[in-house]
Amino acid sequence: MITRRTFLQSSAAAAALAASASSARADNAPGVTDTEIKIGQTMPYSGPASAYGVIGRTEAAYFKMINEKGGVNGRKINFISLDDAYSPPKTVEQIRRLVEQEQVAFIFNSLGTPPNAAIRQYLNDNKVPQLFVATGAAMFSDPAHFPWTMGWQPNYQTEAKIFGKHILKTKPDAKIAVLYQNDGFGKDYLIGLKDGLGTDHAGMVIKEASYETSEPTVDSQIVTLQGSGADVLLIAATPKFAAQAIRKTFDVGWTPVRYMTDVSQSIASVMKPAGLEKSKGVITGVYGKDPTDARWKDDPGFKEYSAFIEKYMTPKDLIDANAVYGFGLGATMIQVLKQCGSDLSRANIMKQAASLKDLELPMLLPGIKINTSSDNFSPIRQEALASFNGESWEQFGELYQA
Amino acid sequence: MADADSAPGVLVAIAVGVFALAFPFAASGYHIYQGAQVLILAIALLGLNLLTGFNGQISLGHGAFFAIGSYGAAILMVKFGLPYWAAIPLASVVCFIAGFLFGFPALRFGGLYLALATFALAVATPQILSYKGFDALTGGSQGLTLAKPRAPFGIGLTADQWLYLVCLACAAALYWAALNLVRGRVGRALVAIRDQPIAAETMGINAALYKTTCFGVSALYAGVAGGLSTLAVGFVSPESFGLALSLAFLVGIVVGGLASLGGALFGALFIEFVPNLADQLTVSFGEGAKALPGAIYGALLILVMAAMPTGVAGAARAAARALTSSRQPKVEKGGVNVAAKYERKGEAP
Repeated sequence: MITRRTFLQSSAAAAALAASASSARADNAPGVTDTEIKIGQTMPYSGPASAYGVIGRTEAAYFKMINEKGGVNGRKINFISLDDAYSPPKTVEQIRRLVEQEQVAFIFNSLGTPPNAAIRQYLNDNKVPQLFVATGAAMFSDPAHFPWTMGWQPNYQTEAKIFGKHILKTKPDAKIAVLYQNDGFGKDYLIGLKDGLGTDHAGMVIKEASYETSEPTVDSQIVTLQGSGADVLLIAATPKFAAQAIRKTFDVGWTPVRYMTDVSQSIASVMKPAGLEKSKGVITGVYGKDPTDARWKDDPGFKEYSAFIEKYMTPKDLIDANAVYGFGLGATMIQVLKQCGSDLSRANIMKQAASLKDLELPMLLPGIKINTSSDNFSPIRQEALASFNGESWEQFGELYQA
Repeated sequence: MADADSAPGVLVAIAVGVFALAFPFAASGYHIYQGAQVLILAIALLGLNLLTGFNGQISLGHGAFFAIGSYGAAILMVKFGLPYWAAIPLASVVCFIAGFLFGFPALRFGGLYLALATFALAVATPQILSYKGFDALTGGSQGLTLAKPRAPFGIGLTADQWLYLVCLACAAALYWAALNLVRGRVGRALVAIRDQPIAAETMGINAALYKTTCFGVSALYAGVAGGLSTLAVGFVSPESFGLALSLAFLVGIVVGGLASLGGALFGALFIEFVPNLADQLTVSFGEGAKALPGAIYGALLILVMAAMPTGVAGAARAAARALTSSRQPKVEKGGVNVAAKYERKGEAP
């Protein structure tokens, strides 16, 4: 298990770490040589969340493409993505292996709220960047307390805020009911919605009902919410329950304006089970291009994406939203490394991640720009709204900024 | 570890002990962390082996008791401000009570039915932990975060080294306790209930009391392991205690060797390192094989069981027997202790 060599390596590295901490000038991060940048990640390749493994595969393929094109500023990416089975103790172990044994420069896009929560303190204590975590929980955009941790996608609160703003604009006298999953995800929507409405309009939320993932249905919650007389319904539910909520509102003859989290916008697993006819008019937030949407057929960004999938992935990955996501993450990461130039210290990597200016990506909706700053660790803060027309999501209106 | 009082057994035990003590002073922080994980798993496997290996009660739900220990310790430390050295024993006592109580309905189930009942426990655990009514205590699905304990009295140990030594002390003490338990009257009773329940009762053994107590003690071991795991990881959330954890425990005792205390260490090594090995092996199949670690893990498991049907401990015993019998023709010595005899017979519950 422990060879003399690895022991010597690690003590040498520890000494190097100590030296870099004491010297005023920042040296390059561990894992950075003249020819290579080592990046670490944990990803659930096995276990209950293994469907997300596509994200890690896409990113590995993306970095392979970058390497074939010569790398970043002459350095190749060495991407080490380890399985954590979505189990926090395993994540901690794998992250320690990446940081202490593999000596990666930083952690990139590790997946899941609990796994990231488990490693956040460790990475911040050791000043290792925890970049672009793959979760929408708002807790990972908190530069004041965790200056080494940053999110990427619009977080749940951001989306709910946008819903709130849209409601104020289109239906200023709305009576809002909220169905939410009783966990961090659902509660983020409640917080975000009230934030978007502002304190003056907080009274517009007239009824809230929560459910547990262990409950068989949310039918009774929908009936309760209907009884409140609300004319707007926010559905902050995961796919199975979102489908039930959509169907039930229709079946009981309740016709509120229905806003739904982007977590549940899959047509195959939500809209079809709920009934395509019954799903008409549901509104959700979007920030990426839908690879199944014909209107992007000739779009240069989509072409870039499909060419990448064709060369580096398998055809079935083309319409996988997780592949679109991984593609965007890879591009963002490369931009940060380009901005770093020759200073690849951890401090500068973090600084550059927090200095993205109007970055546009091939598969983001036109007009959505990534911006970060020392007090803004939520890279994507814009979303457009889309309503379901019985077949697909139809984007409408302008972009909203949370 | 030492399964018999034979000279080689003692030598092996001393060697393992010396290695375990020297390990944190030679290894890197990450490896010390892994070492602590192995010790924690070994403690849980010791407990499960008492129940399943020695007493013949199959539990597919030991992850639940591990979770109670983990959450119990975390809640006592975070919400009530108790130090870890008080929180873990308290949480383990809670586990003992929970296990003891669960032992009563378990009395009515035999074999596979008990396996199913405990399976339900494992399935329910993550949901119960995220139940809204307990949010104030458990932190709901967000879990609880706690700081790592530092070495006391200003002795110059890192947090990792200290934690490892705490785990080692617990593992050694609990191993010693289990050894005394199975070698004595209680151990004989447990094995008798497993092998010949009717004969055991005829001989005046209170089967109900022994079985429920055994369940409680087994849960206590899982609870200590859970509490230590909380310290090591510094975070608890419902996702940490899924079905996979309970199944990993079962894999661990079978691979290590049923009804073998020393086997717990091998089982722990297996469930700690083989999934990582499987993950690394997938690399040789190319990037597209990232979904394969489960399959490779399964294949490795089948290979190990085919090569060593009685677990690592069983294979080690067979090898030791072969060695000693080739040197000295007299196989059975007079003073072989009873538990060891039972262990040899007891391959299956």
